[in-house]
Amino acid sequence: MSRIGKKFREIVRGGKKAFIPYIMAGDPSLARTHELIGILEDCGADIIELGVPFSDPLADGPTIQKAAQRALAQGVTLRKVIELVADVRKRSQTPILLMTYYNPIFHYGEERFVRDASEAGVDGIIVPDLPPEEARDILAFSKRSDFDIIFLVAPTSTGERAGKVAKSSRGFIYYVSITGITGSKLTMDSSIASHVARIRSMSGTPVAVGFGISTPEEAAEVAAFADGVIVGSAIVKRAAEPDGLLREYLSSLRKAVS
Amino acid sequence: MPALDELEKAYHALKKDGQFKEEIDLLLKTYVGRPTPLYFAKRLTDTLGGARIYLKREDLAHTGAHKINNALGQALLAKKMGKKRLIAETGAGQHGVATATGAALCGLECEIYMGSDDIARQSLNVFRMKLLGAKVVEVAIGSRTLKDAINEAMRDWTTNVRSTHYVLGTVFGPHPFPLVVRDFQSVIGREARRQVLSAEGRLPDYLIACIGGGSNAMGLFHAFIEDADVKMVGVEAGGRGILPGEHAARFAGGSLGVLQGTKSFLLQDDDGNILGTHSVSAGLDYAAVGPEHAFLRESGRARYTYATDDEAMRAFELLSKTEGIIPALESSHALAEAVKLVPGLPKGGVVIVNLSGRGDKDVQQVARMKGIEL
Repeated sequence: MSRIGKKFREIVRGGKKAFIPYIMAGDPSLARTHELIGILEDCGADIIELGVPFSDPLADGPTIQKAAQRALAQGVTLRKVIELVADVRKRSQTPILLMTYYNPIFHYGEERFVRDASEAGVDGIIVPDLPPEEARDILAFSKRSDFDIIFLVAPTSTGERAGKVAKSSRGFIYYVSITGITGSKLTMDSSIASHVARIRSMSGTPVAVGFGISTPEEAAEVAAFADGVIVGSAIVKRAAEPDGLLREYLSSLRKAVS
Repeated sequence: MPALDELEKAYHALKKDGQFKEEIDLLLKTYVGRPTPLYFAKRLTDTLGGARIYLKREDLAHTGAHKINNALGQALLAKKMGKKRLIAETGAGQHGVATATGAALCGLECEIYMGSDDIARQSLNVFRMKLLGAKVVEVAIGSRTLKDAINEAMRDWTTNVRSTHYVLGTVFGPHPFPLVVRDFQSVIGREARRQVLSAEGRLPDYLIACIGGGSNAMGLFHAFIEDADVKMVGVEAGGRGILPGEHAARFAGGSLGVLQGTKSFLLQDDDGNILGTHSVSAGLDYAAVGPEHAFLRESGRARYTYATDDEAMRAFELLSKTEGIIPALESSHALAEAVKLVPGLPKGGVVIVNLSGRGDKDVQQVARMKGIEL
């Protein structure tokens, strides 16, 4: 079982919920990312999602687009992010996921990527432009090591499609709370909870919810029905603030997700 | 994905619907002005001194380019699907104008995404879109050209997928777009095949078309695919030469990759990030090429080459002066290849060049490049 799987088992057994913060690797520098990972851990992150910058991030809103451009300007690449994780693993066992797009992985080579990333201590990946239909090879490679490929389910996904995604996804299932891109305004309604319940019933895999969650209140509302809460753009926005403010914000999210 | 499944189902159902076909055919005839002529360019032929050159006059279609064939088809498709709003990306502005036109005709709302660099060089088309009732949204991120406009249109579509249809303007993007766009554009080749048979009593030796995403070329080539003796040449934008960031010749300077839901040839760096592009023509200034062109190239059915900015500019002036036709800078790339190829062909040979659009939109830019103030 992967580190992510073990973490979720531990959380579910304890009747708790997973707090999954996202930051962009290399924004504004890889050294700062190293520090930020430490801060996220101090503030109670259960799993850390690390964005890998890509030139054309289709699923991302302006906040993460700009963060990616800043990171690319620093020369941050998929290889460098994998090396960063290897470095972090010298001191930390917190599960780490990468989120990037398919072309950098395709270019790196799927088999080589899964091997290098899992050797470095990366626990899984989210690739928003890779649907399960196109993921047969990378899924086969990932099964050789404990490397999770996490797929996304959208609010517009039909029952049949959600079922297919739920069965392919490993580690957890990423439920996208809105039709839209990261950092959009979240509109809470009861359909999110019922979708999450339906998806959870399709496989034994936990469901985490993300896209648009920014306040502790929203995080608490989502935590009431999901197994995990993912917060991205709102943290990326605050990553440049003084550490004290950032820690305060992260702790308030952590408290809300319990 | 659910939206793509919905589109694919609706498209296949409507393809079999005789009434839909009649509706489109009538509009192509009475609204777009089809069939567009196949014109024998006698003075250009005499000047180059080789094979006989025919121009497929897509520049005479309503709105001034081949883009209307696809935009109108997709606008009708969207209306049948019950969508209230159209969005599109545009580079040179031609596809934006065509989509705004289709939206006006069908009574749909319309928003067009356009890179800020392209807005600056194609201000005339920006104003045309606004006159047609569309909102033009500036895309100021990334390379600020066509690729980024597509990204932004896709983000909009993801957000408003229930009410909105995304009118992709070229044979690119996720399935079924390359197929849908090719089918709507294939009217170009069906007409040209009939017309050249009637004019010359034979099929042409060569077809030449410029390639940004590749929709005018696919539209011309498709009806001739089975005619093994008809050679096909696609012309990419060579810009200032084949150096990173200086051109948009994906086959000459790119490699296989996946972008915007398509696996094809891309201009990318060693880490799979997409490179910036340059071309004098906004419509060819794009880092990826339609996947069916990659297929035609691999199978050897079509050949791909490029023309530089300078070569295209010379062909632009040549056609204007010898034939009294001002071509789009995009189409000028295809003409530039004709200038290279035709003198070496026998006089009895026949070449069709797809004149995909007219050059009115480029006049201001050409004047600027020549240092002339209008």
